[in-house]
Amino acid sequence: MSIDVREGGIFGFLGPNGAGKTTTIRLLTGVLSPDSGSVRIGGVDIHTDPLAAKLKMGVIPENSTVYGDLTAEQNILWTAKFYGLDSATREMRARDILARLGLTGRKDDLVRTFSKGMKQRISIACAIVPSPEVLILDEPTVGLDVQSRRLVIETVRQMNEEGSTVFLTTHNIEEANALCTTVSIIKQGKIIATGSPEGLKKSFDTTQYVEISFGQPVEKELFVHEGVYRVERRGDKWRLYTDNPDHVVKYLGALAERENLVILSIATSGPTLEEAFVRLTEGA
Amino acid sequence: MDPAVFARSVLVIAEKNMRIYYFKGPVVVFGLLFPLIMFFTFFIGRDLDIVLFFPGFLAMMLFFTASSVGPLITPWEKREKTYERLLSLPVTLDSLILGDIAAGSVFGVLITALVWGVCAVYLHLALASAAALLAGLILGALAFAALGTLLASTATDTPSTVMMLSSLIRLPLIFVSGIFIPLGQMTGWELVLTSLSPLTYLVDLFHAALNGDAVYPPALDGAVLVLILLIFIYGAKIIQRRNLVKGL
Repeated sequence: MSIDVREGGIFGFLGPNGAGKTTTIRLLTGVLSPDSGSVRIGGVDIHTDPLAAKLKMGVIPENSTVYGDLTAEQNILWTAKFYGLDSATREMRARDILARLGLTGRKDDLVRTFSKGMKQRISIACAIVPSPEVLILDEPTVGLDVQSRRLVIETVRQMNEEGSTVFLTTHNIEEANALCTTVSIIKQGKIIATGSPEGLKKSFDTTQYVEISFGQPVEKELFVHEGVYRVERRGDKWRLYTDNPDHVVKYLGALAERENLVILSIATSGPTLEEAFVRLTEGA
Repeated sequence: MDPAVFARSVLVIAEKNMRIYYFKGPVVVFGLLFPLIMFFTFFIGRDLDIVLFFPGFLAMMLFFTASSVGPLITPWEKREKTYERLLSLPVTLDSLILGDIAAGSVFGVLITALVWGVCAVYLHLALASAAALLAGLILGALAFAALGTLLASTATDTPSTVMMLSSLIRLPLIFVSGIFIPLGQMTGWELVLTSLSPLTYLVDLFHAALNGDAVYPPALDGAVLVLILLIFIYGAKIIQRRNLVKGL
């Protein structure tokens, strides 16, 4: 595997469960050592000079949290000490970050009393307190409510605007599409595609779908038709993947006529990053 | 590697350990209450010379206090899911181990020095060699804090499992280290057996410090404590590296 993350971008690392995302993150953060090859953070090899490389980065590992026995502020101040920030800078950064993440009023509370979303916000706060050159995030929004997720995404975007290069893994394709400048898709430990979200979508430009909703319940078998290569139920709608939407729309019109069905809505759509992801990782 | 950054990481880790782990139940029970209970169990109702046995008691106190913090830290952090984030900070395995040893050592030295100070005033204890006492406190605390860190290296995220293992190893040592039977009264196989326990050399060093009645030369006691400190650190490093991601 070879990944080159350009300075200043937001790099999304996508893959199905078990593809090797967390292992890759652990190699990047120095938790695991590679059998061969190297990992360089800002030009510094993390395995030959781990301290110098780690001083350049802030990390949020998956399923890892901050100390419940420390307060929100203590967690941030303690983390900042590793990076050699002086006392005044530590205090100022902690104050600013707590305000940015909406936690000023809870700064003196023990983190163990916090909700999952608030704990994740403190994890983010600890990761960004040194203003790192590189921000590495492993599934930073998984399991969060909408408000916390938006706050995390907004903070990542702000850090990127302030100069941090971001490397993140996510299951949320929509999030990657909205946030990332470059995306790599990993399958069984190998990179199978790299490019901008738009570039990846275009590589599947023949893939389109027709989404239809009927006033009555219908069976999936009704949609078996030439040119429809996959049918998915999505809530009260059916999504029919095809290379020829015109042909499918006409078929659905005829189907409604024949079966006496009421069409509530019908729409066609172009390729999505999610579709590209599913197609690339099929059979993983 | 920048030595200043390395030293800073050791100190910051030690600070965190002191804040979080000094007042955890297992540390208070196994580190403070246990040696006191052992002492009172042995001495109350028996006509024993407190001055003769005090170096052994002091060594037992330092042994238990210094070795009680380390076993808790890594399993606790793995269970609480803070360990991987800690590993991702500007630390190395060496600085983690040294930070854990530093926290255990300071705990051991503080409690033991306090106990010695109070007892010295109330029991009018003698002090034959302040240098030997200081050396015993520092080397003993470091060596047995390193033992605690070595015990924490097992691949578990259950603190109670490590505390049980640690008791299983620590308890027999106090019976074969000249604490309850003074080294000077031992001969033959008893002396050979006690010479195999690392705790013996701390007991002997405290005998040199308080009563001036050591069996081995104090320099030998100190050298053995340094040697076992290095062995425990090396062992902890090997095992912790192997078990680093287990339980994450």
